[in-house]
Amino acid sequence: MTGAQEQKIRQTLDDANLQLAIYTATGRLMSHRKAAVAEDVLPDFQELRTQANLLKRHAIENLDHYLEQFESQVVAHGGKVIYARDGAEASEFLIDLAKKKGARLMVKSKSMTTEEIDLNERLERQGIEPVETDLGEYIMQLAHERPYHIVAPALHLTRYDVADLFTRKLGVERETEIEKQTKIARAVLRQKFLAADIGISGANFLVADSGAVVIVTNEGNGRMATTLPRIHVAIAGIEKVIPRAQDLAVFLKILARSANGQHITVYTSFLAGPRREGEIDGPEEFYVVLLDNGRTRLLADREKRQSLYCIRCGACLNHCPVYRKVGGHSYPGVYGGPIGAIITPQYLGVTHDPWLPFASSLCGACAEVCPVKIEIPKLLLALRSEVVQAKLRDTQSRIERLSFRVWAWAMRRPRIYEMLGFMGSALLGGEGWIRRLPKLLSHGPLGAWLSQRDLPRLPARSFRQLWRARRKAGEN
Amino acid sequence: MPREYVLHRTRTALGRTIGQPPDPAPPVRLRIPEIDLEARIASLFAEIRNLAGKTHRAASPADARAYVAALVGERSAVASNAPFLRECGIADLPTVRSGIANAEELRALCADAEFGITSADYALADTGTLVLFSSQQEARMISLLPPVHIAVVQSGTILSGLDELLSREPLPAERSSSMVLITGPSRTADIEQILVRGVHGPGEIHVIVV
Repeated sequence: MTGAQEQKIRQTLDDANLQLAIYTATGRLMSHRKAAVAEDVLPDFQELRTQANLLKRHAIENLDHYLEQFESQVVAHGGKVIYARDGAEASEFLIDLAKKKGARLMVKSKSMTTEEIDLNERLERQGIEPVETDLGEYIMQLAHERPYHIVAPALHLTRYDVADLFTRKLGVERETEIEKQTKIARAVLRQKFLAADIGISGANFLVADSGAVVIVTNEGNGRMATTLPRIHVAIAGIEKVIPRAQDLAVFLKILARSANGQHITVYTSFLAGPRREGEIDGPEEFYVVLLDNGRTRLLADREKRQSLYCIRCGACLNHCPVYRKVGGHSYPGVYGGPIGAIITPQYLGVTHDPWLPFASSLCGACAEVCPVKIEIPKLLLALRSEVVQAKLRDTQSRIERLSFRVWAWAMRRPRIYEMLGFMGSALLGGEGWIRRLPKLLSHGPLGAWLSQRDLPRLPARSFRQLWRARRKAGEN
Repeated sequence: MPREYVLHRTRTALGRTIGQPPDPAPPVRLRIPEIDLEARIASLFAEIRNLAGKTHRAASPADARAYVAALVGERSAVASNAPFLRECGIADLPTVRSGIANAEELRALCADAEFGITSADYALADTGTLVLFSSQQEARMISLLPPVHIAVVQSGTILSGLDELLSREPLPAERSSSMVLITGPSRTADIEQILVRGVHGPGEIHVIVV
């Protein structure tokens, strides 16, 4: 854990208002979810979870096939697919596109993937203005903060914080009524939608048999961003692909329910390619950027691979006793909570994060609510053992380095070297082999090393002694 | 090439080879309950009202027209080119503009209109959802830009739910570049989790079943 992280955690724990905000918000999301998946409301919820798990496993285990199928369907519908190894490549594509098309203003629908790759900062550096249009994300953009929660980005702010922010950044009169604040944002963002050259979205699902990008939103910003600008670019992780449009019958039933208890979000857009001949509106150009950014690294790990099933509902955050105390800004990277602890190190390219897997009580609540049945506690345990192994390896190599330093030091000092040899042969000298060390030396790394190996005993007389004896004899 | 790089790494990670066919996929899971029309309408209306949408059962196309006329009054509206709206006489209401095929013209109209009037290809009873395919008859903007959306639904298109929709339309992309499901008015709860309706999309929705 870095000092800044530790400080952030302490700050969060000490801030009573913030504690209350996190506790209330996550608590409300939990109870809404519970009502929406109750036996009498959705009797086949457990069956749907099982099916969702099977479908995701199948899609991930055959990912290359479905990526290629998705790509060929997008192309068949007049769109283009771009692969990006990392955030820089994904951003470069957008920057080049903007230059080619003379685009300066981009409207964005909510996307954790673009947060993951710091897309906004990269675009801004090139003089492009990206505007977040989800209300919570817009507030976060004005505040220069990253989202506090996967589905509730501004969870930690009050209406008074928002009032201050709007006054400061938008130059409007201070307004503390939430409904009116929403109207202010609507008016500002409506103009951006109408003026934007490019609309950027994420994707909740990529449908392989259709070449379609599926986006779910409540505010309608997803529809606006993919309808009004002349160009639509969707940016999605490669793991978002599902085999068939018909599989949405499973996923759409569990996604919103698990997130905030809605049976289905207000808007679900199923978008396949640009506007077609005869259609009146919609974008003229349609691009999908398929992002790796560490995902193939996760894919190579048989056990952790299942973390790629995640559909970003946020349920594991809401149910995590640790997240509920330390909040969303205490985690490194943009994905907080239990699932974030697993995927963040891989996406950031860090092999082992020494504290993330320990930020869990292993109570199992996350696995119980995960709609795609990711075995989160099991993966956290595996990560813990990796951390411990890595520490052990680190200690061992430190001892080894130290021994060689002592050796080198002694080698440069013949007297001392000889003395050590003398002591050695007194202690371990004789005929035959050393199979075991004396009790005193048998613990620790040397003992472990010798447990698999035998050493010849040290000769009674060293080379130097023999040499000296020989020279003496020659002189005589 | 990033494409080859990503695909190669994916295959290597999975131990698969180029062109290797996929394992058999889990069978499609669609459950379609038998529900009679009256029950479907009742459920559709209950769900929409639950989300603060308004509903109206029209006995005839003329009744639907009268309802829309009363709602719109003297205010501006844009209607889609759906033949059913013309049949109902809704497209000829005095303040309603219809028959627009040009995107720019439509955009300017929708940005100012108080009402957007559309048909729906389907409605889903169990969630109170409207299903709209983008086409020559239905533009995407009409159900999106104006602050009030009025949808006129033919009772025969009301399905039990998502499963029945996807069994009727297994490949929505073959039909249109855009299929949108609309469930209630646009909403947010991003500030203090207080529900506010009408963020970017319409804050008010009326569903008329004929």
